[in-house]
Amino acid sequence: MSTLIYTESRLDPARAVYDKVVGAGDGWMHTIKAGQSFRIVDMEGNQAADTLFYDADDFANRYSAQDTIRRQGAIYLTTGTPLYSTGGDVLLNITADTCGRHDTLGGACATESNQVRYALDKRWMHACRDTFMLQLLKWGRDATKADITHNINFFMNVPVTPDGGLSFADGVSAGGRYVEMRAERDVVALISNCPQLNNPCNAYNPTPIRLLIWD
Amino acid sequence: MPESPTPLFDEHLPGGGLWSAVIRRHQVLRLTDIEGGANVSLMAWNAAAPLDRLNLPDTLKAQYTARLTRGHVLMGDMGRVLLSITSDTAGWHDPLGGHSDAGEVLQKYGERSYQEARNDWHRNAHDNFLVEMGKHGLGPRDLVANVNFFSRLDADDDGRLSFHSGNSKAGDSVDLRAEMDVLVVLTTCQHPLDPNPAYAPKPVTLTTLSGPPPAADDFCRLFRGENQRAFTLTERYLA
Repeated sequence: MSTLIYTESRLDPARAVYDKVVGAGDGWMHTIKAGQSFRIVDMEGNQAADTLFYDADDFANRYSAQDTIRRQGAIYLTTGTPLYSTGGDVLLNITADTCGRHDTLGGACATESNQVRYALDKRWMHACRDTFMLQLLKWGRDATKADITHNINFFMNVPVTPDGGLSFADGVSAGGRYVEMRAERDVVALISNCPQLNNPCNAYNPTPIRLLIWD
Repeated sequence: MPESPTPLFDEHLPGGGLWSAVIRRHQVLRLTDIEGGANVSLMAWNAAAPLDRLNLPDTLKAQYTARLTRGHVLMGDMGRVLLSITSDTAGWHDPLGGHSDAGEVLQKYGERSYQEARNDWHRNAHDNFLVEMGKHGLGPRDLVANVNFFSRLDADDDGRLSFHSGNSKAGDSVDLRAEMDVLVVLTTCQHPLDPNPAYAPKPVTLTTLSGPPPAADDFCRLFRGENQRAFTLTERYLA
């Protein structure tokens, strides 16, 4: 049996320096300063928040799923997980988690991968990597598609089975659950609040997330 | 019987080595574990347009797998097939563990410089990748998650990973058929979670073969509906 460990935060939303609701299918890109705490709230439950992080001073030094998995020797992200970059730096540490488990294997949906996964005529549907692309191009700094990499899916549950299968299981999240992390250097966060309608990652009903930052 | 690929040439790559090549469409790159216990960390890009590159999340979720073997294909991030695993005697290749950098190699194996040890120095996979990528105009922003051929990790219910020793035996091999011109960069450093405390990376033979295009009833093409659609998108792209 798997064990989920829940850790609450003492931070008070009324004292946050930033508080924003992002609707399903929308993107959000924002700098989080070293020492600030950043919380993502799954407002209605079973919503995937597809997330990338960059070193604010060097976009080539960005969140790396394989480095994060390897250095903790485990697949799932939760309280105590350092989020590592391709350059071997800790970008953020997860400090609280009332969901208990987050995925970093499943990646983000794309118009092209939707064609492969579901049907060739699905290309027109809204997808996370289109949101990432638009946010990056508007951010500037010579960002390109090369900066769209292997992301975190906060609130998503993608178990690996003993025989090496990958399943997309029922969410372990619920309305009001959150994950919180502390930035260990200035980072830029890029989120696509997943619009996927073809699989149960959002319970076929994408819903808003709330983003809070504390100094 | 389907037509077999024909070997064109062999190359020997010692443990800790680095290598890259463009594998032409329908050519096969065969990796052979000479002694058993080898590890080949590999990344791949569409040679004509490297923004289209190996995407392991797309690869794994489309095929509902966290291990790779015959029948699976390695997909790029534009819905196309880069490489098909057309033959495999090891049965399990790791897409989860990634690769070590200089700091991890130093911590695990200690220091052994080129000055002191010449070509027996301690190399690390991250720098090896960057060096070979740089030869093709690629840099740190082009790094992707890699496959570790011949290695296996087991996950428990809590997602904790353990290295499965003895996954690959002497003589085991895996065939990767290119479905477009594919830039392959690989390195033969030890698997990052290999518990062996000694720096002892193993050699491999790299064989390039010419082969026929995948038939209508090709095993990898028909492996899943997802694979069929990825082949269709690849063939449309190259039509």
